[in-house]
Amino acid sequence: MVALDHYLVLSGILFSIGAAGVFLRRNLITILLSIEIMLNAVNLTFVAFGRALGSADGQIIVFFVMTVAAAEAAVGLAIVIGLFRHHESLNPESFASLKW
Amino acid sequence: MTDTAFYIFGGIAILASLLVIAQRNPVYSVLLLIASFGALSGLYVLLDAPFVAVIQIIVYAGAIMVLFLFVVMLLNAPQEDTEHDVKMHPFAGPGPMRFGALLALGLAAELGWALTRTPSQAGSFAVTPVSSVAAIGRSLFTEYAFAFEVTSILILVAMVGAVVLARREEPR
Repeated sequence: MVALDHYLVLSGILFSIGAAGVFLRRNLITILLSIEIMLNAVNLTFVAFGRALGSADGQIIVFFVMTVAAAEAAVGLAIVIGLFRHHESLNPESFASLKW
Repeated sequence: MTDTAFYIFGGIAILASLLVIAQRNPVYSVLLLIASFGALSGLYVLLDAPFVAVIQIIVYAGAIMVLFLFVVMLLNAPQEDTEHDVKMHPFAGPGPMRFGALLALGLAAELGWALTRTPSQAGSFAVTPVSSVAAIGRSLFTEYAFAFEVTSILILVAMVGAVVLARREEPR
């Protein structure tokens, strides 16, 4: 039978994939996508624990996490657009200067 | 039946997430991430959370990922910068990149260690699930009413911030 353990392991694997994406990739868009993968791994943990404890709180926290993720994506993508306009590049290595 | 569904959805989620990281074209990355979110939504249905499953599809796959896709196509920079990013194995790369790969491995090892140390919960879920949207809504607007209102301010700030940041500077 599939129980809490399976969901936690799956969530751990997904979080590790997201973290690897942030550490290894050199593209701002892919890094933001990796952050979304990590947020979703955490959401899965919340829902699995909520199901195991028989409480609605897990699903409510997921609602708030999704709201924060939407705000983060909007502001993050606006910053990416601004950076791309100045540097014509999406490589984080090229944004080493504090001032342009 | 539910076990098979769990393994199918979990497999799709892991495979699609790995491919998101492995793709060099951001458009494919975004589309694969939508597939991964669809699989996660199936897992939420298996966890008796239909409300979360539906907002996963509507908000995440429908709104946030469309925003990503829009920006990727607007920037029109499909390929990663090749002069900085030569194709090589992460562990053979220059210093910072190897360090990043080691950090990612270390995180995976720590998560695995933490999971093996927790006492195992064999068998299926024992408690009756809370899956009714009415119960969630009641809790959201009574117990969590303050957090809900703060969320609305957060959304407003994010909206104004995104407009200000992405605005073209007009010549003075």
